[in-house]
Amino acid sequence: MISRLRGYASLAVVPALSIFLALVVASFLIILSGLTGPEGSLDLTLPFVAYASLIKGAFGSVTGMANMIVAATPLILTGLSVGVGLKAGLFNIGATGQLLLGGFTAGLIGALMAGAPPLPAVLAAVVGGILAGALAGFIPGFLKAFTGAHEVVTTIMLNALIQLMISGLVNDIFRAPGFSFARTSPVGNAELGGIGGTPLHFGVLIAFACVPFSYWLLWRTTLGFEIRAVGANPTAARYSGMSPRRMIILTMSLCGAFAGLAGTVEILRLGYYPAVFGTSIGFDGITVALLGRGNPFGILLAALLLGAMRAGAPLMQIQAGIPVEIIDVIQGVILLFLAAEIVVRRLFHLRAARTGAGELQTITRSYSERVTG
Amino acid sequence: MSVPQGPPRLQMRGITKLYPGVVANDHIDLDVRAGEIHALLGENGAGKTTLMNVLYGLARPDEGEILLDGEPVLIADPADAIARGISMVHQHFMLVPVLTVAENIILGAETMGNPIFIDRREASRRIAELGRRFGFDIDPDARVETLSVGWQQRVEILKALYREARILVLDEPTAVLTPQETVEIFAVFRRLAAEGRSIVFISHKLYEVLEIADRITVIRRGRVVGSRLPSETNEDDLAELMVGREVQLTVDRGLSHPAEPVLAVKNLRVRSDRGQEVVRGVSFSLQGGEILGVAGVGGNGQDELVEAITGLRRVASGSVTLDGHEITGWPVRSRREHGLGYIPGDRQKYGLVLGFSVADNLILTQYYNRPFARGIQRNDAAIAEWSRGTIDQFDIRTPSEGVPAGTLSGGNQQKVIVAREFSRDLRALVLDQPTRGLDVGSIEFIHKQVIRKRDGGTGILLVSAEVDEVLELSDRIAVMYRGEIVAVVDGPTASKEAIGLLMATGGRTEAIAGPRAGAPGAPLGQPPGKPGDESPGPGVPS
Repeated sequence: MISRLRGYASLAVVPALSIFLALVVASFLIILSGLTGPEGSLDLTLPFVAYASLIKGAFGSVTGMANMIVAATPLILTGLSVGVGLKAGLFNIGATGQLLLGGFTAGLIGALMAGAPPLPAVLAAVVGGILAGALAGFIPGFLKAFTGAHEVVTTIMLNALIQLMISGLVNDIFRAPGFSFARTSPVGNAELGGIGGTPLHFGVLIAFACVPFSYWLLWRTTLGFEIRAVGANPTAARYSGMSPRRMIILTMSLCGAFAGLAGTVEILRLGYYPAVFGTSIGFDGITVALLGRGNPFGILLAALLLGAMRAGAPLMQIQAGIPVEIIDVIQGVILLFLAAEIVVRRLFHLRAARTGAGELQTITRSYSERVTG
Repeated sequence: MSVPQGPPRLQMRGITKLYPGVVANDHIDLDVRAGEIHALLGENGAGKTTLMNVLYGLARPDEGEILLDGEPVLIADPADAIARGISMVHQHFMLVPVLTVAENIILGAETMGNPIFIDRREASRRIAELGRRFGFDIDPDARVETLSVGWQQRVEILKALYREARILVLDEPTAVLTPQETVEIFAVFRRLAAEGRSIVFISHKLYEVLEIADRITVIRRGRVVGSRLPSETNEDDLAELMVGREVQLTVDRGLSHPAEPVLAVKNLRVRSDRGQEVVRGVSFSLQGGEILGVAGVGGNGQDELVEAITGLRRVASGSVTLDGHEITGWPVRSRREHGLGYIPGDRQKYGLVLGFSVADNLILTQYYNRPFARGIQRNDAAIAEWSRGTIDQFDIRTPSEGVPAGTLSGGNQQKVIVAREFSRDLRALVLDQPTRGLDVGSIEFIHKQVIRKRDGGTGILLVSAEVDEVLELSDRIAVMYRGEIVAVVDGPTASKEAIGLLMATGGRTEAIAGPRAGAPGAPLGQPPGKPGDESPGPGVPS
């Protein structure tokens, strides 16, 4: 038990240090931003003020914490979308496209069933969104399994394709009349409203349930064993009688399903699909997955952290006058440090990682290796 | 051979190197004289590599000193070692395949007649001259990828000579060579020694060490346990020194009792990744209870043959039959379920998931069966229990079943694979280089297991580039050359020279000694010289 805890602790070291370093880097930017403007001055305490208000915004009130959880909800799902893929040696950059297609489908089904009783309406929209996301994951999975096309390339292209296609459809065929901007009809009874006067909604429950489910799937089932074996050593998996092709298609579809669910939750919460549903949730999933080390519970923690930053940012802007965009900078720098793990290890004189490929090594390796035969 | 006299060129005194939890080198003394071939013998993990890393500047010793020509020196890094005339030829060649011989040799030591451009002509001239001096005519402008492994090794040696090495460290130089190539390279070593260069020869092949070395130092668990002159020792003595107990060097294999055919291959044609036909009409039949060895220089289609049999590669034409079922197009799993076992040549790439625990690797092919799975869920308790028993039974040295397989030594990694394959009922078993890179103790263990499996009625196909292993275990030996089986000979009576020659030439010269079956590519369901479809199996020639 103790060795297990120690194992988790050693896994968390680099993510924790990456967050710390990102905050340090961002404080320079915060000090710089304090210099600009008509009343600009050099204020070295500004980062502390900013971070304090950030924390207060997220944890200082029940509403703040509820907002944090709501912001974390889709991030948990896109984090799982990327994280589960990493376990199979797949780098799913396509969470964005999968999320858009899932959300759009859910929005359409919701609009169709706007008058139906809430439960079947929500269920139908959710199932539809999951399936649509899975389809968006299936396509790059199939291409990789049968043609060797790398999923990073195909999912990036699919992201653009899906986004433009949906935008076209919302502006044209599915545009709801009577609104000043392009959007779909309201989802009516399929809308996910807050429960008990809080912004917490049904989707929160689903997302949180997906965490133990993913853990169970990956570590407690034979299917998870196959997914992990294919990810860790596809040739050995094939030698052992597993089918890397099947696993790749299946895992990519599963990744798509998680991202599709993320989109579904966001759209059903909003109540309609807007033409400009520009969102970074898909890409944030990469940060979440890497920060969480591909472990579902790690992903949950990482998503809550990013959610807290989102929830606390408005108060930071009000109290410290720091633009909310600094959050994106912090996230980006975290990702940089995670990717450049060796830099972090050097800085803090940490020993190299244990045997076994880390998540990022899995990705880089998959560029040079033929996964299927 | 007499020991050359003179002052020691290299003295390593009391070298001690500690790694966390291990004393890799424990006060090791080593003297190497000018013009001497000094063999360093020891099992894997005995500390040979650490000692050589210390010499080559890759590891800093915790205690002890190194003297060159009597002068104490500190070797900071490999560049420093090279500058002092110490060169190392690694087991895995460090060559750039697309560059020429000359380009590879001057890489990092470019002749600087001109600060910008390389003087290729001058480099080529010097290399050709060097080659001639040591008895091999090499074309400096040939691309390395077009050279055989034996010649690539000579390029490595030339590289060392080009850097004016006085001490050459050769790490298992014969592991990849055919017997003939070994003889040739030994001649090169003798010339180098005759010129006054010192050679440190790392090996675990006892007869080779006896043949080539002037002196032999044996290391076990980080200590020097003995030093011998070849004239006053023998293989048994060296093996005992090395392992620390009496070792049975040759397996007591007994007679085989071949039964009905379990694996038959008919007119098999297989293409390589590049689309070339590398298995060209191979046929054979393997009986239960016999070991059929397939000898051949690496790259003559053995890999593709094995992959086609085990289901990892599609066949172009022909058929594979397992225990009466035609399995040509079957997926890997169905073949396994019908009793086909496979020990792959590259254990880290094919055989193991290094990041997975020993237990997970032990069930890697059976994880979905009871008792390891209940429905779709894993049964961790059953997996752990069975793993502990298997670890015990196969003597796998591991702290527990839960540690990653990657932390085990090579021999124990191989034992994990052997345990996984051997612990179930098999009809036919394909062994691809089953003991490559293993030490004497592990080889002894694995060979015993193989014989036991054979005597249990399993048909065994043993593919290996190590002629000795094929000779030692096989009841029949098929020689593969350029994608064809060019000969099948009786195992117990085959001579190493005959097999070696067949491997190197495919039997297309006049100088073939020993029995030979049919024309190249002839089907070989039968022992040499016996026509007919009904194969009576191997057995002693009448």
